[in-house]
Amino acid sequence: MRRRTSRLLGGIALVTSLALGATACGGSDDGAGTESVSAEDIQAALDKGGTVTVWSWEPTLKTVAADFQKKHPKVKINLVSERSGDKHYTALSNAISAGKGVPDVAQLEYFSIGQYSLTKGLTDLSGFGADKLASTYTPGPWNAVTEGDKVYGLPMDSGPMALFYNKQVFDKYKIAVPTTWDEYLDAARKLHKADPKAYIANDTGDAGFTTSLLWQAGSRPYKVDGTNVKIDFGDANAKKFTDVWQKLIDEKLLAPVTSWTDDWYKGLGDGTIATLSTGAWMPANFESGVPNASGQWRVAPLPAWAKGDKASAENGGSALTVPSLAKNKALAYAFVEYANSGEGVASRVSEGAFPATRAELKSPEFLGKEFPYFGGQKANEIFADSAANVADDWSYLPFQAYANSIFNDTVGKAYISGTRLEDGLKAWQDASVKYGEEQGFTVEK
Amino acid sequence: MTTLQPPAAAEPRPAPPPVRRDRRSWKGWGFIGPFAAVFALVFLAPIAYSIYLSLFRDQLIGGTTFVGLENYQQAIKDELFWASLGRVALFLVIQVPIMLGIALLVALALDSGRLYGKSFFRITIFLPYAVPAVVATLMWGFMYGTKYGLVGDVNSAFGWSLPDPLSADLVLASIGNIVTWEFVGYNMLIFYSALRVVPHSLYEAAEIDGASQWRVITAIKLPAIRGALVIATIFSIIGSFQLFNEPSILRPLARNAITTDYTPNFYTYSLSFSGQQHNYSATVAIIMGLITMVVAYVVQLRGMRKGA
Repeated sequence: MRRRTSRLLGGIALVTSLALGATACGGSDDGAGTESVSAEDIQAALDKGGTVTVWSWEPTLKTVAADFQKKHPKVKINLVSERSGDKHYTALSNAISAGKGVPDVAQLEYFSIGQYSLTKGLTDLSGFGADKLASTYTPGPWNAVTEGDKVYGLPMDSGPMALFYNKQVFDKYKIAVPTTWDEYLDAARKLHKADPKAYIANDTGDAGFTTSLLWQAGSRPYKVDGTNVKIDFGDANAKKFTDVWQKLIDEKLLAPVTSWTDDWYKGLGDGTIATLSTGAWMPANFESGVPNASGQWRVAPLPAWAKGDKASAENGGSALTVPSLAKNKALAYAFVEYANSGEGVASRVSEGAFPATRAELKSPEFLGKEFPYFGGQKANEIFADSAANVADDWSYLPFQAYANSIFNDTVGKAYISGTRLEDGLKAWQDASVKYGEEQGFTVEK
Repeated sequence: MTTLQPPAAAEPRPAPPPVRRDRRSWKGWGFIGPFAAVFALVFLAPIAYSIYLSLFRDQLIGGTTFVGLENYQQAIKDELFWASLGRVALFLVIQVPIMLGIALLVALALDSGRLYGKSFFRITIFLPYAVPAVVATLMWGFMYGTKYGLVGDVNSAFGWSLPDPLSADLVLASIGNIVTWEFVGYNMLIFYSALRVVPHSLYEAAEIDGASQWRVITAIKLPAIRGALVIATIFSIIGSFQLFNEPSILRPLARNAITTDYTPNFYTYSLSFSGQQHNYSATVAIIMGLITMVVAYVVQLRGMRKGA
């Protein structure tokens, strides 16, 4: 009996070690170095044809893909758009580490590009001709896709921030549209006093929003130089933000509603959430998500931290990139170029996307476009003005996607308990530092 | 008895040659082989692979290195892990007794034979178990809403101000409520089927002796289903330690109250999928598995000993 058991164990050990051997062989793929692909190569690839798999949730790409296929009948664009946000990044990271099933083109939000370029997951497109496109784009987005002379993607859209406000609510309670964040605080108090059910804004702690407002306030919590990272939320400019926001939280002036939930859409529609500070890509979402409030909302410049200050910031926005494990890079680049700097841009803008290209941002047609949803307001003028005032020296962490995922574990405490916002940010800083160190970065606090 | 003698008589015979024994054990392999292969592949290999993983560290900078037991040292000092374990332990000591108590009560009521519409009650109480946990949690999540959910409606209809079930203080209890709702029926069915096999003659004897219903329960029914009670308790302990669905589905509604390290399973999930720390995640999972095994084993030992 004893002997049989030991044989059984031996057999199991054998099977197990075989299984281990099989699994341990994956990975260790390195697709680095700058490739050089000429315009002729790309043209040849287009003539030859093939399939380009694109992972992107950008709705305006549907038309672009159809047009591209019409123009190049031998090319098939396989647009995979079910996943977005965290799920998208998880799937992409898994595909890259498995070395299989990697798309030819992947959408990446600006904050996540550093993470993928650092781990050599992205193709440097400068050798494909992307290096000549610097003047095509506004500085913020271009800065986000480049590192030195390497270009890791072409900007698809951008999110210069603006203040969307419900004019009906502001008129009803005779509240002036705030131009500074101090006025915003006063407006919040007035509004909530006049109608206890109404709030100036919703906020349950949103990493993207907080970092954007810090950006606007002039705080630069992240400094990244290769693998050297500095994380510090303790500067004086960050305090501008925490001072105002702490008061909004303490006085319960923020609706405890999370963005993109059903409650949020309802609140935007019924006047209980009176403003929204977000990126210029928002109008299309207003039209589809809150159709009943058409005509009630208007756009104004983002409130400033000091009277007369024009500084703005970006919120969201993404680029199309070509993973280093993509199969047909020339074809992939051809599509990216078409969609984000070629004819695709005009088509996407007409469907409501906010461009990152200078030409579109300056065109009278774009600027003069009247938004029926905003009562005929020429909202693009405000967005374009904001885009011009975005400081371009901001950087995100090379592991921002992870840092954002633990924002509510740390800063979130300030929204539901007596924790001060500053302490919450400090906790977020500590957790980010810890993760950075675990991942092999040299982190300075 | 004397028929048992022949083997003893065979004793002086020389031992069979070793070759024959070997052949016999190979025949056995033929039978156990298919099972052993599947067992090794789907059961032992993943465990072995997790242990293998837990000995490495994969970094964004520097790649994969062998670190021996460093991950274990880190996990033992990991406050987030122990806090999450504390949370499920608290959940365990409060929710499990309540759930099993209700299940037992219902099973005894059904078994008493004094209930009208017995099968109706049985199926109704069991029904929540048939609802997938994800759907059940979404449903409760909606009811818990203080703005547009049921709680909100009740508040505005009666002018009450019920506390927010998804606030940091109450969310664990709210999760407990969902789990109780889901699993009372399941445990009830285990108890009820154990009660059904108690021989009727015992009840008749008790009746002749003039025992009260209460006495019948404490002296006959409960001892008879002790095994089922122990099993249900062990299942519930494992279930509590593995709590994941409910907090992860409720999280979008209470992002600040339910952290990404709310339960040990949720913590390993976050480590793995948002932190890409597969190795450390495997370590935490192994430690958690060991703790669960020890607790379940202790409960089983104690439960069975008393039963003897």
